[in-house]
Amino acid sequence: MKKDININVHHLTRVEGHGNIQVNITDGTIEKCEWQVPEAPRFFEAMVRGRHYSEVGRITSRICGICSVGHTLASVRATEDALGIQITEQSRKLRKILKHAENADSHLLHVYFLVAPDLLGAPSVFPLVPTHTAVVQRALRMKRFCHEWGSLIGGRTTHPTKVIPGGMASIPEREELETLKARILTEFVPDCLESLSTIKSVAGAVPAFERPTEYMAVYSPEEYGLYEGNVVTVTPDGNKAHYDVHDYKSCTNEWVSPQSTAKFAKNRMESYMAGALARFNCNYDQLHQKAKDAAAELGLKPLCFNPYMNSVAQLVEVFHSVFETLDLIDALLAGDYKEEELVKPVKFGTGSACVEVPRGILFHSYAYDNDGMCTKADCIIPTNQNHYNIQLDFNKLVPELLAAGKEEKEMELALEMLVRAYDPCISCSTHYLSVTFKK
Amino acid sequence: MSDKVKIAYFDFASCEGCQIEMTNFGDAAFLELLNHVEVVEFREAMSEKTTQRINISFIEGSFTRESDRKRLEDIRNRSDIVIAYGACAATGGINALKNHQSDYKQDVYGKDADMPHLESTFALPVSAAIKVDYSLNGCPMDRNEFIRVVSHLVHGKQPVIPNYPVCVECKMNETVCRYELGDHCLGMVARAGCGAPCPADGIPCEACRGFVDNPNEESLITTLMEKGGLSRERAEARSRMFAANCRADAPHKIETPNK
Ligand code: SF4
Ligand code: SF4
Ligand code: SF4
Repeated sequence: MKKDININVHHLTRVEGHGNIQVNITDGTIEKCEWQVPEAPRFFEAMVRGRHYSEVGRITSRICGICSVGHTLASVRATEDALGIQITEQSRKLRKILKHAENADSHLLHVYFLVAPDLLGAPSVFPLVPTHTAVVQRALRMKRFCHEWGSLIGGRTTHPTKVIPGGMASIPEREELETLKARILTEFVPDCLESLSTIKSVAGAVPAFERPTEYMAVYSPEEYGLYEGNVVTVTPDGNKAHYDVHDYKSCTNEWVSPQSTAKFAKNRMESYMAGALARFNCNYDQLHQKAKDAAAELGLKPLCFNPYMNSVAQLVEVFHSVFETLDLIDALLAGDYKEEELVKPVKFGTGSACVEVPRGILFHSYAYDNDGMCTKADCIIPTNQNHYNIQLDFNKLVPELLAAGKEEKEMELALEMLVRAYDPCISCSTHYLSVTFKK
Repeated sequence: MSDKVKIAYFDFASCEGCQIEMTNFGDAAFLELLNHVEVVEFREAMSEKTTQRINISFIEGSFTRESDRKRLEDIRNRSDIVIAYGACAATGGINALKNHQSDYKQDVYGKDADMPHLESTFALPVSAAIKVDYSLNGCPMDRNEFIRVVSHLVHGKQPVIPNYPVCVECKMNETVCRYELGDHCLGMVARAGCGAPCPADGIPCEACRGFVDNPNEESLITTLMEKGGLSRERAEARSRMFAANCRADAPHKIETPNK
């Protein structure tokens, strides 16, 4: 029987920011199948013009409250690149710990509060309070722990205060780092292991769907790329290509589609994916052994072409971040840990940096005049990079669901879950373009 | 369930950081909160939507385009109390930093700047569109203040929002003043309530909570220039950071709603 299906999800719930899904099927023929982004534009790149280099990171941090640590780090690092600043090894290590805290924090938020309700068949986390009390308590406890972990280094986790060009405005006491380490081992690691069993028990509800695409991530020869590095992409045949961060425009290629509000990005293929699964696919070898063990436990192997598995890759990265943090604390405490002067600028020019925020690779780029005032800014956020990949997933998934005889509600849920798997943080989309939708 | 206070969250042009702060309470505090309130709508965290009367609506984000007015009016009509949640909603916050610029669209979108969905005018507080009963200031808003305000309202009391400067809290912390360290700071005009974390962390206060009522702006600029060593242009720019709409020269000067 030929069906009519009309899905019109206005302001999709349980994602950061506003996105719409529209699918119209008449008589079994797909007439429209779109992922749309109607978020109110906020114009950050214009707002930082004429601002002093010391203020820019605190302005661009406000692009996104969920990735504000990553935005701050990308912004401050691009500014340091423009100003010829090489920060100390101690500052680098502290910032990496902060980055790990954000990664774990945001991933747990996403997995527990935004994705788990779908897997458990609940509309949100609130109905789970009476039915899955222990799980909700654990989720809130872990979320709080990550907040304390990040705040110790960054001052706050929403718009950190302490990361400034030249280093860190202030640092935690040695004893505070020791306490963090002890608490990670006694409080947080056991909760991570519990989370692993919880997710494993619901993993069967993760939809089976595959669409091989290109994956992009930060690459560092030293470690699993998160805080710093250049760019790597891997195609489905396993072929890797590397790009210098200063040439980020040559691999992000923003382009305009007549059928969407957001700017799209592409590189070697029609679209690419950024985020935990992309990092996992690009840089699996550099994961901490404990993270590789978690991946094995959850049945996640590179290259994985199922975008729904992004949430599973996020949990794997939580293991990476927590165990890397323990190693970083050990390294800091083994050295001559002390208050340090900020490193001063040696020039004023242009600079770029890429950082992995939980949702994928983020680029910031700035130009400064001789008074240290910003003259130009460019930010390319991961969600924009993922938009077209989501659209292409829709294009493959909708006919598959239709062929499998799915009803409208099931199809709507599958599409919503797909978008949520990308963990889109639409509020931070800095670039929008217009569209006329066919009526 | 039914005698709990029904609360809801809504978002407009914002970074959603204030909503995220709700997830940082920890299990004990958050579950205790849920003993007193029932969250009936919260797009970022739940799929449920309500048709019931809402007792307290928290609105995050600035009013930046006429097309949002109807949604705001609708929220007002459904709610007993409306609270501007965070700086974006309370004062326009960081979004208002573009209010004195005229070419921000061209800068970001080039030739596409005139496309209709890029509609955005001044970034204004929510109170520019609808009546707001109270404001939770700050970027992000302060979680402790949130608890204070909610518990006052749950118990039928008037919440008190400080109207003295951040310097008072900073001095109580015994933080060394930024000016003594050769830096500058906006603490003397910034509205307190945050506990002055920024100077304690080693950066200037940027008045993310807006200004106190009737701030002495001229003396702020003079201090930033004479004691902080900033040029007049930079001193003016500094005082705009989060508080552009609190300045006397703002295109839409805001009234403080929480009196
Ligand atoms: S006030 Fe600040 S933290 Fe809150 S939504 Fe606005 S920009 Fe984000
Ligand atoms: S550091 Fe700022 S807030 Fe603190 S006393 Fe000095 S001027 Fe006031
Ligand atoms: S010290 Fe100033 S900038 Fe920092 S939170 Fe308080 S009002 Fe905001």
